[in-house]
Amino acid sequence: MTTGSPHRIRTSLIKTARTFGQALPVIAGMLLLTSLALTLFSPQQFARLFGRNDMLDALLAAALGSIAAGPPLASYLLGGELLGGGVSLLAVTALVVSWVTVGLVQLPAEALFLGRRFAVTRNLVAFAFTLAVAWLTVQTLHGLGISVT
Amino acid sequence: MKRQDTKPGHGRWWFLAAVAALYALCAVLAPEPAARALAHAGQALRHMLPVLALVFVLLFVFDLLLSPQRVAQQLGRPGGARGSLIALAAGILSAGPIYAWYPLLAELRAKGMRASTAAVFLYARAIKLPLLPLLFHYFGAGYSVVLSLYLAVFALLSGFVTERLARTAEPAG
Repeated sequence: MTTGSPHRIRTSLIKTARTFGQALPVIAGMLLLTSLALTLFSPQQFARLFGRNDMLDALLAAALGSIAAGPPLASYLLGGELLGGGVSLLAVTALVVSWVTVGLVQLPAEALFLGRRFAVTRNLVAFAFTLAVAWLTVQTLHGLGISVT
Repeated sequence: MKRQDTKPGHGRWWFLAAVAALYALCAVLAPEPAARALAHAGQALRHMLPVLALVFVLLFVFDLLLSPQRVAQQLGRPGGARGSLIALAAGILSAGPIYAWYPLLAELRAKGMRASTAAVFLYARAIKLPLLPLLFHYFGAGYSVVLSLYLAVFALLSGFVTERLARTAEPAG
């Protein structure tokens, strides 16, 4: 069966629709939840939760992202809304990166298939790299004069 | 053996139901903020619709062009710099939930694939090409490009570091 065959196209279309359909409740849920949070809590309150120290903010956000188990799409939504709500780009980037690179919820399955030591080491390395990636991204954007609002 | 047997759909609907219940509670306790939040969510969704349409098209194209068999064929090749680059490309292009890939990676590890290749593949999955329009939408093109480049570099680094730190790890049989 070739890539362009009608059967293959139909199968891919159904599979994509199914994948997309599974993401829809999460998209809707995250949109509703972040909208509610941003309405109930002012940007100042969010800034108070995060705004003490840049690295502490990034650590807190990375920890939150590590235990989150939703699709990456949800982290973009949440990160975008948090950024709009006044949370620093460093913390938002740490959240987005750890969400997709560290998986505490998936850790048992990863350990089962790939070995406990590998899974634990890989997740610890990914957590440490989250902070590095977030810091480097923000510094590079500053250096290039690119602002993210 | 929990995650890979779990149907992902139900948890997602329960999540939406829990959020709806939260809104219902807020509507009783504080109707005005609840209505404002609902309007804000509706507005955000309207802005996102064209982006979501593009995401759908990209997901479809990637699924059409890449089969898991083709990815497995490339990943099973020897390690080294070339192996890491292949794992990077495969991780970026791979789709679907992460736990769906664990059995395949375990099989390839049992056949001799290096730990670094598996680590690069898993980290590179952070770069989601079909979702780039959404990242652009929220953070802009400059941020998306810079972040994606760093993720690619650190995916390669994670393979190197993880393999050294977990040197005695044994492939699951």
